[in-house]
Amino acid sequence: MNAITVENVWKEYGDQIVLENLNLSIAPRAFVALVGPSGCGKTTFLRMLLGQERPTRGRILLDGAPLPPEPGPDRGVVYQRYSVFPHLTVLGNVMIGTELRGARLLGRRFGAARRALADDSRAMLAEVGLAGSEDKYPAQLSGGMQQRLALAQALMMKPRVLLLDEPFGALDPGIRADIHKLMKRLWNEVPMTVVMVTHDLREAFTLATRILAFERLRDRPEERLRYGATLSRDIDVWPPRIAGRTTLYDADIPPGQDDLTAFGQVPGTTRHTGAADHAAHSPLA
Amino acid sequence: MRLINRHPGRAARLFLGSLPFLILVVAYLVASAARLADNPGDKLLPALSSFAQAIETMALTPDRRTGAYLLWSDTWASLTRLWAGLGIATAITLVMGLAIGVLPVMRALLAPVVAFASMVPPLALLPILFIALGLGETSKIALIVIGVTPFLIRDLSLAAAALPREMIVKAETLSASTWLIALRVVLPQVMPRLLDSLRLQLGPAFLFLIAAEAISADSGLGYRIFLVRRYLSMDIIFPYVAWITLLAVAMDLGLGGLRRLMFPWWGLEGRR
Ligand SMILES: Nc1ncnc2c1ncn2[C@@H]1O[C@H](COP(=O)(O)OP(=O)(O)OP(=O)(O)O)[C@@H](O)[C@H]1O
Ligand SMILES: [Mg+2]
Repeated sequence: MNAITVENVWKEYGDQIVLENLNLSIAPRAFVALVGPSGCGKTTFLRMLLGQERPTRGRILLDGAPLPPEPGPDRGVVYQRYSVFPHLTVLGNVMIGTELRGARLLGRRFGAARRALADDSRAMLAEVGLAGSEDKYPAQLSGGMQQRLALAQALMMKPRVLLLDEPFGALDPGIRADIHKLMKRLWNEVPMTVVMVTHDLREAFTLATRILAFERLRDRPEERLRYGATLSRDIDVWPPRIAGRTTLYDADIPPGQDDLTAFGQVPGTTRHTGAADHAAHSPLA
Repeated sequence: MRLINRHPGRAARLFLGSLPFLILVVAYLVASAARLADNPGDKLLPALSSFAQAIETMALTPDRRTGAYLLWSDTWASLTRLWAGLGIATAITLVMGLAIGVLPVMRALLAPVVAFASMVPPLALLPILFIALGLGETSKIALIVIGVTPFLIRDLSLAAAALPREMIVKAETLSASTWLIALRVVLPQVMPRLLDSLRLQLGPAFLFLIAAEAISADSGLGYRIFLVRRYLSMDIIFPYVAWITLLAVAMDLGLGGLRRLMFPWWGLEGRR
């Protein structure tokens, strides 16, 4: 069964059509990178997967069942900003999900339950490389550390789907390479499907199993309102990565140099998206 | 070096900060000495010795009629009214401000009436309060509550509504219910703001307190000032005003300190 199925989804804001006629399905454990020009509706799409926005038309299925109409613990999210709570310490940020789920009245754990949770949370923090920063507040962390914290916080809920909206966009290249390694490892170890919006094609090819490109096929000024963006490219990254298994690809090429776009051709097989006629305009062509 | 880049050192800051106070005191002493030289019976600008004597009478000598130390009993009476008023206002604000800030339904229900209520001039309501609630403590406390609550509610609900939407969604993905979002995500993040707006409302709260006491009371700082005004007792009025100011300053600093103590994360993000 597909982890995520998107059927004939349209999204309009008032008169403006943002996304039109999206059809796609995402396999469980896939790592999908979503690319496209600014303003083409990537965040909007992610918000629909999250349940924060509803499609104007069409439907979205999660593990075969209709998507719940509001965000829930089965779908985790990490944004570029505002992902962690500024009023909680690093440890508090990792603990809060479990506390909220377990203590429906006060949202806090006490005594032995709290100590056990704190131990789990410390283990998770160590996992993302934040051991030793437990008592700091997010504002005292660097951007990269904040995003690691956001990942740890989201992963504590063991979400089936992890949604990432340009999570590493604001990080400098060195830190980004580190966090890519972490992201790969987490995806290999945690049984989840990942959808990540990024502006960085290199990042997309470094991490993803599949790359989706959204694009407006008609982008003249007078057409802008009436035509939305749609899926213009759908590429399976090759050689295939399989979650839980380090691929040949990952083993062969040292981290940071696994950028196949540099060779001037797209490594992967392109699926038919229904938009192939327009592919000549694609920046990926 | 440009003036804009010159930062006074610690000692210089202390000196600069106390300079205006010194100038005020000196100016007062000069003016008072000049008037007293003209007319030793002048009551308008009494000498320091008269202040000392008035303070001694008010603070350290029991009143002949009641046996109370007037400054302290006045202070106690006023502060209980003030604190009762501010406490009730804060409680109402927490419930209504959070509800308006977090729940769209409550915003639709309550935001217009709160916006409307905040435009009613509270002092104009004072006669109504006296008539409806009598001349006792209730009407004075009610005036403070009515005077500061609408502002506090609007400020708190704006602060709650201004939290990034992402943060609320994030809490939902961490399985929080509406109640838990309010309790663990919104409330702690708006509390520092509430303490700050309480500080800003100390001035108005004292204004309403003194106005109510001036009109009808048998004790209180405002009552005393307006009572001795009849005898032109500047030697009592000045120390009372200074004392009220000091109380307000102390409460302001206290609330600021409480905020720093309880919410150490506040301000870390370069917000101030
Ligand atoms: N709440 C909203 N109301 C009205 N229009 C909106 C709303 N949210 C997004 N839009 C519009 O939808 C379009 C797509 O926005 P979206 O944020 O999804 O783009 P994006 O692909 O994420 O861009 P970027 O790469 O810059 O983040 C934009 O034209 C935007 O103006
Ligand atoms: Mg976006």
